[in-house]
Amino acid sequence: MERQMTSLTLVRRIKARPQIVFDAVTTAEGIAQWWGPDAGPVLTAEADPRVGGRYRVRFRMLDSTEHETSGEFLEIVRPERVVLSWRWKGGVEDPGESRVEITLKAVPEGTELTFVHSQLHDEETCRSHEAGWTGSLDKLEAHFGAGNVP
Amino acid sequence: MALADPTRRAILAQLERRDGASISELAKPFTIRLPAVMKHLDVLANAGLVTRSKSGRTVTVRLQAQPMREAMEWLRRYERFWSSSLDRLTSYAESKEAEARWRGR
Repeated sequence: MERQMTSLTLVRRIKARPQIVFDAVTTAEGIAQWWGPDAGPVLTAEADPRVGGRYRVRFRMLDSTEHETSGEFLEIVRPERVVLSWRWKGGVEDPGESRVEITLKAVPEGTELTFVHSQLHDEETCRSHEAGWTGSLDKLEAHFGAGNVP
Repeated sequence: MALADPTRRAILAQLERRDGASISELAKPFTIRLPAVMKHLDVLANAGLVTRSKSGRTVTVRLQAQPMREAMEWLRRYERFWSSSLDRLTSYAESKEAEARWRGR
């Protein structure tokens, strides 16, 4: 069976060297500073940044709901690339496991970070949502795919 | 799986571009026969993605807007999540860089 591989791509240019960005992305200390959809706090951040190691992040949103994401480090190449599996815990958002890939490239001003969240739905995903997601993902990719460089 | 098939995805893409189409209009771009198209439409209708309405001898197929809207909302949440996260990651890494430089490393 064909698997949908649509994805969300974001690109950022950061005025910091790749090693610093890499550590911010992969260590619990770093993750606690930035993970989450709004200014709500990260409550727990755990990370064992080696291949097969796990991470777990629990955060509270400004609407006071709490959410947890966790997964495994699938690839780690310091300071260039990290691949994670991603899953919501106990949430209704997405029952499947998806994949987060972050690539860092040294550029004169610091680092160009390319972020890809892919496999956002899989065979487990509710059928009625599936078609819609694909269409929308294609649209979103058209919107962000070219690079959302600020 | 409603979307595993490229023909079904192409049918949805066609329906996204216009408000309703007949089955023969939908079948036109494909090299497959009408009954095969009907079967694909059955799968899409069962998944709640399209509706069919009959008027005389013509069956009109329409995209179900609600699942698509829900999908957009779902996806916007992911986009918000990461956009906001990466903004904070950027400022955090930049402050760490400034700190490292200040320490002369």
